[in-house]
Amino acid sequence: MSIQRPYVRSMDGWWKRNAYYVRYMAREVTALFVAAYALVLLVGVVRLSQGEAAFNGWLQALKTPLSLAFHLVVLATFVYHTWSWFNIMPITMPMMFIGGKRVQPGTITRAGLAAAVVACAAVFVIVRGISS
Amino acid sequence: MKRSNEPIFWSLFGAGGMLAALIGPALVFITGVGVPFGLFFPPDTMSYAHMLAFSQHWLGKVFLLAVIALFMWHAAHRIAILLHDFGVHAVAPIKFCCYGLAFLGTVIAGYTLLSLGS
Repeated sequence: MSIQRPYVRSMDGWWKRNAYYVRYMAREVTALFVAAYALVLLVGVVRLSQGEAAFNGWLQALKTPLSLAFHLVVLATFVYHTWSWFNIMPITMPMMFIGGKRVQPGTITRAGLAAAVVACAAVFVIVRGISS
Repeated sequence: MKRSNEPIFWSLFGAGGMLAALIGPALVFITGVGVPFGLFFPPDTMSYAHMLAFSQHWLGKVFLLAVIALFMWHAAHRIAILLHDFGVHAVAPIKFCCYGLAFLGTVIAGYTLLSLGS
């Protein structure tokens, strides 16, 4: 009598098996950088509440080369997040109809990306307006 | 049938993802590159006086809380699923930790912003 052992296929590195999964993983991993950036801002708000010296310490930390490198990586992942967010939007949102015709996936993606460009430009203009 | 709590967390995830997609790149550039290194923005844009005034205005409070909290809820949802994808199948503890941290971040941000006064 032989001892039977069921064959269990390893799931290690499953996401590398197919380009679709790699894109899925790249998109989901951006969340780590979104969390890290939210944490940087949270620390800033907490330091702000602790007074001028504490807040200036936070500002000084932002001026270090390490912080610059970190933020450039975060910036790249945010741009990728924006691109991928609107790329999957035709799947994640309910079907949209205009004049009885289904809005094409490419149209939804392009409209979303255009909205992001406008929103980012608006933030730039508002922040410059407030600060000068 | 027990009602699922998924729509609540998915709404927070979706709202955070949308906010990050729309203005995230601009925010990261301004706070991480533009202001600290004086590119396109005056270096005193985020001075203590400016940020204090910003955080004491109700609109500034709402904006800061929305960005910090929604980014965290967005990330928490994706990280919970990521852990599952990498073979951590204890779904309830994962969700408790991820959503719990987002909740904690939201409470700290909300409490701090309120304590900054108006």
